[in-house]
Amino acid sequence: MGLTESEGGAGTEVSTMSPNWVTTRLDFLTNWARANSLWPMPFGTACCAIEFMASAASRFDLSRFGMERMSFSPRQADVLICAGRLPFKLAPVIRKIWDQMPQPKWAISMGACASSGGIFDTYTMVQGIDTIIPVDVYVPGCPPRPEGLIYGIMLLQKKIKGESITDDALRQEHLVGPDGLFLPARKIDEVSEPFGNSVHQTRSA
Amino acid sequence: MTDVSPSVAALRAKFGSAIARHMVSCGDTIVYVSAARCHDVLAWLKDDPGQRFDYLTDITAVEYRDPERPLEVVWQLWSIDRKATLRVKVELDKAAALAVDSVFDLWKGADWLEREVYDMFGVTFNGHPDLRRILMWETYAEGYPLRKDFPLRGHFSRAEQTRQALAANPESHYSLEELSIAAAYDELPADVRERLAHGERGGVK
Repeated sequence: MGLTESEGGAGTEVSTMSPNWVTTRLDFLTNWARANSLWPMPFGTACCAIEFMASAASRFDLSRFGMERMSFSPRQADVLICAGRLPFKLAPVIRKIWDQMPQPKWAISMGACASSGGIFDTYTMVQGIDTIIPVDVYVPGCPPRPEGLIYGIMLLQKKIKGESITDDALRQEHLVGPDGLFLPARKIDEVSEPFGNSVHQTRSA
Repeated sequence: MTDVSPSVAALRAKFGSAIARHMVSCGDTIVYVSAARCHDVLAWLKDDPGQRFDYLTDITAVEYRDPERPLEVVWQLWSIDRKATLRVKVELDKAAALAVDSVFDLWKGADWLEREVYDMFGVTFNGHPDLRRILMWETYAEGYPLRKDFPLRGHFSRAEQTRQALAANPESHYSLEELSIAAAYDELPADVRERLAHGERGGVK
């Protein structure tokens, strides 16, 4: 399970490589290469996918960020961009796609629905894909403007450039736990609580 | 009511007391039929040379906010030649079991339409060849979502819904019909054939 601090991670494991000048130079090279050649796995489900396509087209052009090749095979992708709402029926699919992506991998949650369930606080929709997979960048919007998505991608590039090969916790796989969940149950319920106008939609019949 | 469909008079002449009442709403004629004879009425509407409602536009159901009102099952009919519409409704008492006859033998399109009504309202269609859920996953256990006593967010907690969604294995439910590769069955590898041989319920077909 991924996002809790109680899990053993960078704090408890002894890194086999201590940082030094050589590793920082390797970091610079590796991160530069990774950040500038992110091959996206476009997991486009709904309206945000249209804006993603617009971002990739000529006016806004994701190709200048190295994202020219959309790989629809997760085995050859670096970043999963979940563009659109995710129904519970599709949850095992995105989990499987995420598991099939090899490290290093990152995830961008594009749009309100992928980040929090958006306007769909219903029985069908996952309330944020971070309850299913670990997310690095959340891009708000319904849908986000292409400039907004590009800003999110640039934030991810900045995050990648701050990584280090001596940090073992970074490239760990966070699988679905033995209880069948990725996040602890309490945390899923906590982040899925209704907010805004949804708090009034508690009646039935 | 000058825009009553002429089918109403023909129906009353043919079926008499099975036709409860009729009304016109926004230019559409609605005929209320007794549940016991609805299959005969719909068959006559399809086959009679003067009616020829050969296209089943939709099957749906209505549950009103007023709990006193019965649950209605609605068939929307269209005659391609005559360019005429008709809406046929059956009222089902909510205290009794919700069941009507399937019209799959009349219109093949009723297959998925009736599955949707079953999935969302819990109405059983007698004589349907394969009545199972279509929008929700097949092992969905929270109930029938479009009923008025079903809360918007579902009955289970978000964590439980996420757990059940992640536990679902969509690949285990492929049947020979859905994959449409029955012709190539013999050329498939043995393990795929084994997997396909297990039908929807997990038993060997």
